[in-house]
Order: sequence, then structure tokens, then C-alpha cells
Amino acid sequence: MINILSIVISVLLVILAFLAVSSKTLSKSIVYLSALSMLSVLGFVVMKAPDVAVTEAVIGSGLVTALFVFTLLSSRKVVK
Amino acid sequence: MKKVLSLLVVLALGFGIINSLNQNSSFPKFGEADVSDRVSDRYINKNVTEENEEVIFGEDGYETGSSNFVTSIVANYRSFDTLGEVTVLFISAFGVALLFSKDSKRVSLNFKPNFMLRVGSRALFGLIIMTGIYISVHGHLTPGGGFPGGTMIASSILLLYLSNDSFRTKIKGFKLLEGFMGSLYVLIGVAGIYVTGYFLENFLDTGVVGDLFSAGIIPIVYVIIGLKVGSEIASIIDNFLTEEVS
Repeated sequence: MINILSIVISVLLVILAFLAVSSKTLSKSIVYLSALSMLSVLGFVVMKAPDVAVTEAVIGSGLVTALFVFTLLSSRKVVK
Repeated sequence: MKKVLSLLVVLALGFGIINSLNQNSSFPKFGEADVSDRVSDRYINKNVTEENEEVIFGEDGYETGSSNFVTSIVANYRSFDTLGEVTVLFISAFGVALLFSKDSKRVSLNFKPNFMLRVGSRALFGLIIMTGIYISVHGHLTPGGGFPGGTMIASSILLLYLSNDSFRTKIKGFKLLEGFMGSLYVLIGVAGIYVTGYFLENFLDTGVVGDLFSAGIIPIVYVIIGLKVGSEIASIIDNFLTEEVS
């Protein structure tokens, strides 16, 4: 049961990482990165590391996503 | 051609890493590590002596009274490493401040916060900051501690920054709080030298395992780390809001 869950999580992690790198728009990339952090939280909980899971949930999918969205909002488009 | 070459390099590196980890005797299979011949056994026993005894929840007299033994490593046995970690965070905040404050001015946000954002952030601010303080204070009992708790406090400050544009100009004390908390951490370490003879040694009573007021200096150190990390990240966010004048 746990084995199947961890295999599913790791395959989804690789897929999400690929999507985050290769997506066309930056906002989609940020959302994929946030989803990747949230899924890795699940992975840490499965591996019985709740301390790391709490830290990853707060920093990875909370603060970093907020900072990225915020920087994207305040950056301007350069028209050539 | 370039992509095929990079794929080959990545595959070779991945094969090398996985192969070296599989062949290595110091990396046992997941869940099959024998902790009795490692130093982590001492941390679980809450005692650095050789004797192997069972730790009972709700009893006193252990070397570190923290029921979360990750915290007892981070803030007690390896507290000097944590001081270095906090210093690294301080230097990164300092670098961001140096990079952004040169020839820059405070700018207003590019978007107007609408009704939903204003009301929602006011409602969520209290909940998030209370969760952050709870996690910082209960770092020796539950998973978490100063670093995630401080980051949660900084996230609630970020919500305030987002919803109210004039809030940034009112708050100036983050740098002061950060420096004060950093010096307090070092002062606790120096107090350890005076009382026990070692830097950052636990010199208070460890108390009963599982109580809020237990584990000596661990909750004090973790509250200090939480406030320091929170003010540091809040000042980094504040620096992100300033814009360079080109």
C-alpha cells in the first residue's frame, strides 16, 4: 500500500517538475512548482518526517509561491 | 544534437548516483537501518551515555526534556550548527537588502487590492500568525519549530503587505528585532559558558517530558529563532517591494 503510494508520488513529482520547467507561461510554471512542493510534503509524511514536511509546506508551497506570484505581479512586460 | 547529448549526460550522472548509493554499505535500505550502532540511538534515548533505557512520556530526569527528538538535536545537541544556519539566513537577508536598497525608492503596488483580498487577508492574518506562534512555542513538543513558525509569521506579514499598501511605511522595527534576537541567542550561549562551561549548553532544568515548560533552553531558543527568522523574511519581502530606479 505504502509502496504503491510512494511510487505514484515519485512519478507525479517527476511529471510536475518536467511541466514546471517546460510550461510556456511563467504563472503556470509557478502553479506547477507549488503543486510539486505540496506533493513532496505528502512524500515526506509517507517517509515519516513530519518536521521536514511542515517546513516544506510553509516555505516551499507557501512563501516561495507567494514571493514568485508577487514578483510576477510587480514586474513589467518589456515590449520590443 | 545538444538535447540528446544533455540527456545522455543526465542519464549517466543519474545512473552513477543511484549505482554508488546502491553499492554503498553506509546507505542501508529504507526502514532497515540499525540505529543501535549509530549516534542517533543516543538522541532517541535522551542520554549520551552508553546505557540503553526506555523513555517514558511524563517523567523527568532526562538529559534533554524535549519530546520531539529532532528538536533536541537541532536546538540542544547541535545548537552551534543552528547558530551558523541563522547566521547564513542573516547574511542572505543582508545581501538582499544591499542589492535592493541601492538607488531605489519605495514603490506602490502595480495592482489595487480589491475587496476580497482586503477582507480575506484581514481574516486570515490572525489565524496564520497564531499558527506560526503556536508552532514556534511548541517546537519541543510537536513537529515544526522556529524555522517554519517564523516563516509562517512572515507569511502573515506578507498578507498585510499585499492588502494594505500604506502598511509598509508604518513598520520599521524588523531590522531592530532581528539584530536583538540574534544577540540574545549568542548571549544565551555565553550564559551557558558561565554556568556549565560549554557554549550553548542547556543550563536550565529539563523538566517533565511533554510539558510546555520543559526542556530547559530549547523553547527559549526556538522562540528566539522564530522571531528572528520571521523578522528576517519579512524584511526580505519588504525589500522585494522596493524597485530600482533605472
